[in-house]
This record gives sequence, C-alpha cells and structure tokens, in this order.
Amino acid sequence: MTATSKTPIRWHVAVFLAPAVLVYTAVMIVPLFGTLQLSLFNRSGQEAVFFAGLDNFRTLFFDPRWAASFWNALWNNTWFFIIHMLVQNPIGIALAALLSSPKLRFSAFYRTAIFIPTILSFVIVGFAWKLILSPLWGVAPNLLDLVGLKSLFAPWLGKEEYALTTLGLISVWQFIGIPMMLIYAALLSIPDEVIEAAECDGITGMGQFWKIKLPLILPAIGIISILTFVGNFNAFDLIYSAQGALAGPSYSTDILGTFLYRTFFGFQLQTGDPYMGSTIASMMFFIILTGVCLYLFAIQTRLRRYQF
Amino acid sequence: MTRSTHSIPRSIAAHAVLIAYTVIALFPVVVIVINSFKSRNAIFRSPLSFPTEKTFDLVGYTTVLNQGDFLLYFQNSFVVTVASLFFVLLFGAMAAFALAEYRFRGNSLMGLYLALGIMIPIRLGTVAILQLMVASGLVNTLTALILVYTAQGLPLAVFILSEFMRQVSDDLKDAGRIDGLSEYRIFFRLVLPLVRPAMATVAVFTMIPIWNDLWFPLILAPSEQTKTVTLGAQLFIGQYVTNWNAVLAALSLAILPVVILYLIFSRQMIRGITSGAVK
Repeated sequence: MTATSKTPIRWHVAVFLAPAVLVYTAVMIVPLFGTLQLSLFNRSGQEAVFFAGLDNFRTLFFDPRWAASFWNALWNNTWFFIIHMLVQNPIGIALAALLSSPKLRFSAFYRTAIFIPTILSFVIVGFAWKLILSPLWGVAPNLLDLVGLKSLFAPWLGKEEYALTTLGLISVWQFIGIPMMLIYAALLSIPDEVIEAAECDGITGMGQFWKIKLPLILPAIGIISILTFVGNFNAFDLIYSAQGALAGPSYSTDILGTFLYRTFFGFQLQTGDPYMGSTIASMMFFIILTGVCLYLFAIQTRLRRYQF
Repeated sequence: MTRSTHSIPRSIAAHAVLIAYTVIALFPVVVIVINSFKSRNAIFRSPLSFPTEKTFDLVGYTTVLNQGDFLLYFQNSFVVTVASLFFVLLFGAMAAFALAEYRFRGNSLMGLYLALGIMIPIRLGTVAILQLMVASGLVNTLTALILVYTAQGLPLAVFILSEFMRQVSDDLKDAGRIDGLSEYRIFFRLVLPLVRPAMATVAVFTMIPIWNDLWFPLILAPSEQTKTVTLGAQLFIGQYVTNWNAVLAALSLAILPVVILYLIFSRQMIRGITSGAVK
C-alpha cells in the first residue's frame, strides 16, 4: 500500500487531495460554521452588528412573534417525517420484498418504472400533483367517480387540515424508489445458505420474511430511516413549488425549510433577516446532527449484531 | 416472496401489486404528457384520453418556446450540470485515490472529514454561502452554482470512489511504478480507466440533484441570464398559471430530458445502488 517514492514529503498526495479539500472546505464547511457563528450575532439599527450570545435562540423559542411560527414549522416538519416513516418506508420494503422474489418476471421493468418519480424535480412533481388534484381540472374527481367515491373528493391542497398530509403523501410518492432500491439490494445480499437453512427448518413464505429476512435487513432499514430524516428536515422545494413561500393555506404546510427561506429573504412586508435566518439554519443543523448521532451511536451499534 | 413457494396464485398476486404500484407511479407523468398535446377544450373535457386527430394541438409548446427563454435556461442548466459533474468526478477521484492508495498521517481523519458532507446538507450554510458569493462578486453567475454543486457532490463521490479504488490491484500499480510511471500517470492512465463503471454511477447520482435543484438557483443566480431550467419552469408556470396548455407543455419539456437520460442510464444506476451503496 505504501507509496514507493522515497522523497520525505510526498507532494503528489497533497496535490491529489488539495482541490477536493479546498473546494469542500471553502464552499461547504466554512459557510456552515459561518452560519452557526452568525446565529450568535444581531444588528441594531443600520450598521452596528453586535454579539448577541444566545439571544436569537431565545427569541426564536419564546418571543410570541417568532415562537408560534417556529413551533408550527417544527411540528409540521415532524408530521412530514412521521408520514414518510409510516407510509414510504413500509411500502418501499413491501415492494422490495416482492421484487426480490426469484423467478419474478419483468422485475427490471417494475424497478425502472417505480423509480421514475424519484428522478423528477420537485417543481415538476409539485405542479403536476397540483394540477391533478385541482378541482378545476377534475382528473382526481373523475377517477374517484370511477370507483364510486366522488363524494370523498375535496380540494386537499387548499384545506388547512389536509394540505400538509397531502404534500407528505406526494413526497412519499416521489421518493418511494429510494427505500425500495436500498432494501432490494439488502435482500439480494442475504446469503443463500441462510435461506436454505430456514427452508430446511420449514420456515417459508411470510414467516420466512418476518423471522429471517427482516432481522437481516434491519441495518438497511436504519440507513433509509436516517436518510429520510435528513431529507425531510432539509426539505423545501416541494412545499415552495406547490404552495409558495407562504406555505399556505395560512402556514399550515410551513416546514423549517420554507420558514428559513422566508426569514432569510423576507417576503411581502417583512424584510430579510440574515441573523434570524442563521438561527433557524442552526436549529436545523442541530436537529439533523442529533438525528445522525443518535443513528450512529445508538441504532447502528445495536444493529451491528445482526450483520455477518 | 420466497423461493420455495412460487405457486401461480402467489405470483399473480405479486404481479397485481407491482402493476398497481407502477400505475400509481407513472399515472401523473402520463397524464401531464398526454394532455400537453391536446387543445384547451380537450384538456378539460376528457383529461384521461389520449390526443386524437381532432384534439391534437401544439399550442402549449409554441407558447412556451415563444414566451419563455427556455433555450437559454436549458443551456444554463446544461453548463452548470456538466461543469459541476466534471469537477466532482475529477477532484473526487483524485482525493479518493489519495485516501485509498497512500498511507499518511491523518488519512482516516481526512476520510471522515470529507464524509461529513454526506449527512449534513450544504443548504444549511446558505446564509454564509450567499455572503461569500456577494463578497467575491459571484452572485448571479453560473460559477457560483458550479462551486456550490461541486462542494455538494464531492463527499459522496469520494466515499464511493475510494471504496472502488481499494479494489484496484496493487500489482498493476507497482508494475507501473517499476516501469517508471509517475504517481500522476498511474492515476490517470491506470486507475481511472479501471474505475470507469464506478465513475458512471457517481455521475448519475451527482447529476440528478444538480439538474433538479431549485434552492440555490433561486438564491444565488435568479437573474434572467443565469436561470436554470428548473427555476425557469417554476417562474414560468407561476406566471402562466391560467394558461393550461403552456403549463402542461412546460412540465412535459422539463420531464422528458430527465426521463430519457434516466432510461439510458438506469441499468448503470440500479447496478450502482445494488452493488456498493448499502454495505
């Protein structure tokens, strides 16, 4: 492994590493910490920027003007995540289980087709569903009419009580391909001997899935859970393109990403505020970091036991 | 679901579920595309039928091509995606080679540092990134986007490529060294061609989020000259929201290139996911 060159300083190692490390550090790591640092400052009047300590966070949590929006966005974001965990991941696992059965014909076709929504941009997905669910166009009511459920139709994206759940399900529709593929790969990597041993013991069918395969793919389920978590708490585009920066109706679909955008850039009468924007971004950072650490230290070390 | 029971009812049930889900996955896309070829009346009267000779109409596409500057937007997206992809692959492969090939102090620490960006999204640094771009005068240039996307793509690229580079045989590299090749030549002439399949996988994974991104074009380069196709479509649709032909045509124009590219690369991509990503 060790390089054979005898020079004391191996410049080529530095040359190989430098471009990646420089760009990554300058455009990603430094701004990330810059944002964390900015959240500790504030501005009074025009120019005087002063160190504010944790005042911005205090404002965000407790000031009545900010706290309501923040907790609303945080709760909506959590609900958004819960929908993904309850709908996207189980359906993804079920589809992967079906796809991984040997001798299934056309499985490459199904895989390719089910993955298509995942490659589309949020803008397309947001508008496409907005049109389809629009009461003006009537694709959704017509379809419900076919199965005799037309009375169930409501302008889901326009109602406060349904809008967020609807958007969550749209996002599930879009991203189901990712858990499906990762679980599919995990199922394929289960050694044949394990399956054969199970069959010798008479464990087949659904029993085999629950008792043998599911425990073995738990690490992959851990990975899709953390990917879902990071993706959801960082989401913005879908809500923005379907509902606009105001995350209507009346902020019922506001999540941390849209809240950050509005705060940082301002909207309508409110002017943009980089300091409170950084504070919200820092909160998102801490939330994501907590999730990732939790995953790495708690879940992953426990799941190791099942690995080969 | 198992290999011992492939009875006919079971496999029919499996196919039924998969077909049902395939329909759910493709239905919205198909509805958008077929309606984009219809006249306004037909869009509303029979949204679910294919365009016939009578209802076929390209008015949406002509509006889009006349009103929006989509050719420019496509060009911008193309430049940004290709340039970022080039830098991600080149820099990523170089760093991955250094990490996989040489033993030096801080090697694993450097690997960890570069892997940090896989889990922490670059978006959280947006406030400071904008300040940085303002300070360096790069706002409303494609360079700003290329820099950001290069940084965004590097962590995953380094991670995946270094896994693959560890598998390249040492004998080959040592043979090259005995023949007097420099380390740079070994990298460019011997190693890079061997990891080409992995590079293709990384390329697909890097390309899709860049092409589809709305956040950074919206914040760093919203000017008319630098709009990407995603941002352009977003604004165009917002503006023409009542012109259904134009909206449907714009959506179809945005869908088709991505889907065609995906169909070309899907085999590569699925192989990539199912080989290395999970372990």
